[in-house]
Amino acid sequence: MDPRIYNAPTKNTWCAGCGDFAILRALKLALAEQVIAPHEVLVVSGIGCGSKLPDYMNVNGFMTIHGRPLPVATGAALANPELKVVVVNGDGDSYGIGGNHFLHTCRRNPNITHIVENNQVYGLTKGQYSPTSDKGYVTTTSPDGSMEMALNPLAVALAAGSTFVARGFAGDPKQMAQLIVAGMQHNGYALIDVLQPCVTFNRVNTYDWYRSRIYKLDEMDETYDPSSSEAAWEKAHEWEERIPTGILYNREGIPTYEDQVIQLRDNSPLKGTLSLWDDPRPEQYESLKEQFV
Amino acid sequence: MTEKTVNDLSIMIGGDAGQGVESSGAGFCLALARTGLQLFALQDYRSQICGGHNFYEIRISDRPLYSHREPIHVLIALTPESVALHLDSIAPGGAVILPEKFEIDEAPLKERGISVDSLPLMKIAEEHGNRLMLNTAALAATAALTGFPLEYMEQVIRENFGKKSAELADTNVAVARAAHELAMERFGEDFPFRIEPPKKATKRMLMNGNEAIALGALAGGCRFVSAYPMTPGTSIIEFLSALPHEYGVVAKHAEDEIAAVCMALGASFTGARAMTPTSGGGFSLMVEAVGLAGMTEVPLVLVDAQRGGPSTGLPTRTEQSDLLFTIHASQGEFPRIVTAPTTIEECFEAGWRAFNLADKYQCPVIIMTDTFLASSLRTLEMDAIDFGRVVIDRGATVKSTDVDGESNGYLRFRFSDDGISPRALPGRGTATITAASDEHDETGHITEDSDNRVRMMNKRMQKLETARAEMKSPILYGPKDADLTLVCWGSTFGACREAVDEINAEGGSSANVLRIIDLWPMREEEVREALESCKRRVLVEQNYTAQLGKLIRMTTGIEMDDTLTKFDGRPFSPPEIKQRLGLEAGSGNEVGPKDLQRADQEYVVRRLR
Repeated sequence: MDPRIYNAPTKNTWCAGCGDFAILRALKLALAEQVIAPHEVLVVSGIGCGSKLPDYMNVNGFMTIHGRPLPVATGAALANPELKVVVVNGDGDSYGIGGNHFLHTCRRNPNITHIVENNQVYGLTKGQYSPTSDKGYVTTTSPDGSMEMALNPLAVALAAGSTFVARGFAGDPKQMAQLIVAGMQHNGYALIDVLQPCVTFNRVNTYDWYRSRIYKLDEMDETYDPSSSEAAWEKAHEWEERIPTGILYNREGIPTYEDQVIQLRDNSPLKGTLSLWDDPRPEQYESLKEQFV
Repeated sequence: MTEKTVNDLSIMIGGDAGQGVESSGAGFCLALARTGLQLFALQDYRSQICGGHNFYEIRISDRPLYSHREPIHVLIALTPESVALHLDSIAPGGAVILPEKFEIDEAPLKERGISVDSLPLMKIAEEHGNRLMLNTAALAATAALTGFPLEYMEQVIRENFGKKSAELADTNVAVARAAHELAMERFGEDFPFRIEPPKKATKRMLMNGNEAIALGALAGGCRFVSAYPMTPGTSIIEFLSALPHEYGVVAKHAEDEIAAVCMALGASFTGARAMTPTSGGGFSLMVEAVGLAGMTEVPLVLVDAQRGGPSTGLPTRTEQSDLLFTIHASQGEFPRIVTAPTTIEECFEAGWRAFNLADKYQCPVIIMTDTFLASSLRTLEMDAIDFGRVVIDRGATVKSTDVDGESNGYLRFRFSDDGISPRALPGRGTATITAASDEHDETGHITEDSDNRVRMMNKRMQKLETARAEMKSPILYGPKDADLTLVCWGSTFGACREAVDEINAEGGSSANVLRIIDLWPMREEEVREALESCKRRVLVEQNYTAQLGKLIRMTTGIEMDDTLTKFDGRPFSPPEIKQRLGLEAGSGNEVGPKDLQRADQEYVVRRLR
């Protein structure tokens, strides 16, 4: 499928060189490779530069509020399991304000692919430190350097029970597209944390900074076993000197949340969506009154 | 022998949390209701699982009841503390039933002609069962005292305990029989307040407001409910979760209320009728998402079962203090609908009607109740829950975007005269649907263009005016031209209605009640006209700041003549309303239940066009 089918006529407002362009491109490539029509996918985002992504695509898009795309996407996935649901949001949205939803989505395992545009800074509010900023990072709200440890999202995801954990790099949209395809093919929640340089506000974690540290897990070690949680745990803790990219963890065979909802097995809440429900069937409810007698 | 009063009494069971006050009260209610008696039952408990005084109050009558009412005639005291706490509520000639060995000061009770009946109930419970069956023994003794046949109780005991084991049911029945026998010997038929099963056992339901909302929502096509547990809203998701799977209702207990409302929003965006029930604290957390639903025009049904605030406040108690909050909640301006049922029947209607309103006007709809309405039980006629009346209206829809696809311009947010843009669903046609919390154009894509902003605001806000035409008109209960009009919303209607019936029966002056169910948008002209013609307007509200009064003044300019507010977490009762109006019982003609004619006149105050 031609990835241009996902192009929207809207004007992009990202800065030249922004890592989000590569994420947008990778998502289009991944959808095209899987031959998913624009109306078959729903991209849910939060608030932030990167969360404008659905505005720049011809797909079903829901740009929600700060930190909340995961529960919105979960509701959508539960109501219509046929939709391919992708969440795209930033590190502040995912790991800061939306941190609670992130934790619980990991252990809930809905069939959602979650792409985090992790630039270690707040871009849209012009350069404050984020949950993933390294300790000591100087910004307008941390003039003496941030005093908190950086969150390790991959380790948190593993600890919280995520069944698929990957890391991409905005400098490599092709690898990222492969990761998105793998995440979408994975039955369950898939986290793809993307190292995404902010060319305007993050002068530390630049393309060069990342390029000098990253390596591809599968190229470096052909025997790497992504089904091993121990191996994944170890790789998730590599950061300062060398940073692994690729699929750190992929555990198949775990039922998704939707798989376990008995009500969804034969029908979904959307059954007959707009027409069938015009005709209520009072007789099916009448017997419920007996429990009050 | 003293004169007997039949089927006009209140029984209270008081004890510590963990003593089974609520479960035995509910069981006794079921036994009474099955004989055809009418009931109103109130539970009063604290925010703790073990320890602390709880009580359960059951009012019994031959006629429909709409409120609890002081005094009580029988107090079943499972702890000595119960006697001290409810001393003043017991009617002269009433009785206190208590187990042996309680040290209480009987003098003040005896002074008022109240009999204190200490029975060896614990001994009986231990002899025939165990200590936990003390409440069974006490209820059986109460049945003997009031002349209520034990067989009805036995049936309920067998049903309730038989689920666990036949042996447990047998022992409880043995305890009940022994206590009943002993109490019969002690009391004979002397007690003046009697319970007599009606000749015909009319089949009725015992239901509370939450259950009625849940049934209404189900019948209205609700297929997704997400919530975080919060008293008194919790039992709505519990009821829907417990439904057989065939009903196809997906219920999600979320990690917090923010997730709960967002999940409902996501489910609704893709087309499922979705609801999120909570209480005021949870609603506070949901507020930002309420604005998201307003901006993205996603139908969303919320329930705010209010409790005493602010903050954690009085977690298990009643209050109506969220009205102005829900009407204004979330930043910016957008249409929303706020409706507050006043009876359990209206809760059922609100349950399904809210979904129609949400779909038609593509906006948040908030159903407001409170602890009193959400959790008090009332006997209901079987046809009071009428599934045949349920209408499902999904509003203006585009059923397939294959023909009306994006290539030929399906516009999710198309400008229109009534503000409503026909809704299509993502994944149900080839058009793609975009929604944004940012201001957007007709396609849903983000824009800050000023002309578009003005048109889009006008479009959204026009929906409020379009909706106003189908909002409920205020309803006047009682005689049209009365000396006094009580103005209320929500659960206080029950007590107001009974107070008005009594005032009118006593004959000194006349009274009626004006209640407003649809609070936002309000039928302002009709409310103004209804109030303008009132001789004396008295607002009755369960809050500190008289919020309905403020809302009425804001929208109609009309001021109340008097205001009765109450914010102690305990619901208004009819005698309390009368007393605070200066119409104390005893000041006019005393009336008994036989004199009370229900004021069947009810006028919908509708403006003629």
